[in-house]
Amino acid sequence: MTTVLRAEGLTKRFPKDDTATVALRDFAVRIDEGSFVSVLGRSGCGKSTMLNLLAGLTEPSAGAVTYRDQKLTGPNIDIGYLTQSDTLMPWRDVQRNVEMPLEIRGVSKVDRRTAAAEQIERVGLRGFEKHYPSELSGGMRRRASLARMLVGDPETLLMDEPFGALDAQLRAELQDELLRLWHGSGQTVVFVTHDIEEALLLGDRVVVLGQLGRIMLDREVPLARPRSADSLRVDPEFVALHNELADALREGAR
Amino acid sequence: MTLPDTESHVDEAPASHGPVRVKVERTWWQRHGRTSTVWLLRLVLVAVVLVLWQLAADRWIDSTFTSQPTEIVARLAEWIDDGTLWLHSWVTIQEIVYGFALGSAVGALAGYVLASINMLYRVLDPFMMALYSIPKVALAPLFIVWFGIGMHMKVLLAAATVFFLVFLNTAAGVREVDRGLIDAVRLMGGNRWHIARKVVLPASMNGLLTGLKVAIPYALIGAVIGELVASNQGLGYLINDAAAQFDTAGVFATLVVLSVIAAVLNVVVGLMSKRANRWKPLDARS
Ligand SMILES: Nc1ncnc2c1ncn2[C@@H]1O[C@H](COP(=O)(O)OP(=O)(O)OP(=O)(O)O)[C@@H](O)[C@H]1O
Ligand SMILES: [Mg+2]
Repeated sequence: MTTVLRAEGLTKRFPKDDTATVALRDFAVRIDEGSFVSVLGRSGCGKSTMLNLLAGLTEPSAGAVTYRDQKLTGPNIDIGYLTQSDTLMPWRDVQRNVEMPLEIRGVSKVDRRTAAAEQIERVGLRGFEKHYPSELSGGMRRRASLARMLVGDPETLLMDEPFGALDAQLRAELQDELLRLWHGSGQTVVFVTHDIEEALLLGDRVVVLGQLGRIMLDREVPLARPRSADSLRVDPEFVALHNELADALREGAR
Repeated sequence: MTLPDTESHVDEAPASHGPVRVKVERTWWQRHGRTSTVWLLRLVLVAVVLVLWQLAADRWIDSTFTSQPTEIVARLAEWIDDGTLWLHSWVTIQEIVYGFALGSAVGALAGYVLASINMLYRVLDPFMMALYSIPKVALAPLFIVWFGIGMHMKVLLAAATVFFLVFLNTAAGVREVDRGLIDAVRLMGGNRWHIARKVVLPASMNGLLTGLKVAIPYALIGAVIGELVASNQGLGYLINDAAAQFDTAGVFATLVVLSVIAAVLNVVVGLMSKRANRWKPLDARS
């Protein structure tokens, strides 16, 4: 397996006056092509900081990120990043928000329209094309952001707690949709969450982060696919994994 | 909870999540009752004030100082007849329009450019605030020396006031642009130009519109103050001229005209705030 994304000695400090907050220290990870990696960690352990660095949005204070053997110096359109906070343009309706990545690439209006319609349909927002973000619920905004990321057809997806704000039913549907999308597409996914069950349900591999992005646990998830939340819960293998991750999380908090 | 295993399941479920719209039936009175009452009361108030004024003049107070409504109307009619009113109003209106256009164009451009260049903005900020704080009347004598007492001086005086209001509001709008939105465009592969045009410009539109909105009355103030200080035409001149002859009816007649102009400008402001309060596509479509 080839490594798509590699981080080495990654450190991020946020200086303020004479002191600096260390958000991530000496972090290293390799993400294999086509894999689905869940990243699990408590609030404030540096998950978003890590994704910002992997996406090339921020400069590391030390260390480097390599994408396909090239040092990452800025955002790359092959990497799609669904950030933790909503960044839809409030003055654009859903349709034009979703079209935006294509607009910047100079895709023609007709092609933009069809591509956007397809993604809007996929995330279940049909009929809301003409609504502005302020007229949508939080979950709908999340789905619109998802559609906007997918429309650019990135080969690597970074997602920061994408389904946290959704109701259980919708979350299950979108998790399923994400798996369907990922399966057979060859895309690589790094999926940040603080939900153990979600991490196990989706990932090939789970990475548990502790304070300052220290890796507490990094293991394969041997559960067979397709996985269903209902049958997993009574699966002894799942229960054992669940406990292992919970322990690692608790360890990481210390 | 089961994961849906059929395509159709996923397709139809989320579509039913939207809000429900219902039509609200309202009678004419529910729709317009309150507004009609307010307008009626306003008319009554004006009528009462005018009648009291008319009765009081020469009965309890000397009409040399306060004139009276009938005289003011007569003076207005006279000025409309001989063309005085239109001549002077036109001059003032031109000064307002040119001053506003010049001040807001330069202000918007300066605000946009300066606020985009962080270093420049930080260096210039205190100077801009200092200049902004100068009462613009104090500039009038200087402007007379530079530009004479013609229309240029009033236009520039109005423009100077408008400039700062538009500049400060636009700059604030540009500087408050959400960092996350800029990052979103960077993630889409956008360059500085895309960021400027597709994020900063539309995001700062509210600031710009606020600036334009608050600046409109100041264009009128700037122009009239310029005329009061030194001029031979315009509504400010008309006030000075009438007052010098102890013609209070003339002064009040001019004030009436100024209020009408101000009211029209306020309507324009109202229309602009409606625009500013909507998050509608103000950005350039490509
Ligand atoms: N821009 C910033 N300036 C200063 N400190 C920051 C900044 N961004 C993050 N931090 C700090 O870095 C640490 C990690 O933040 P980060 O956002 O990566 O956490 P997280 O794991 O994503 O948490 P959550 O699950 O709550 O989103 C926190 O202690 C935070 O205070
Ligand atoms: Mg986070």
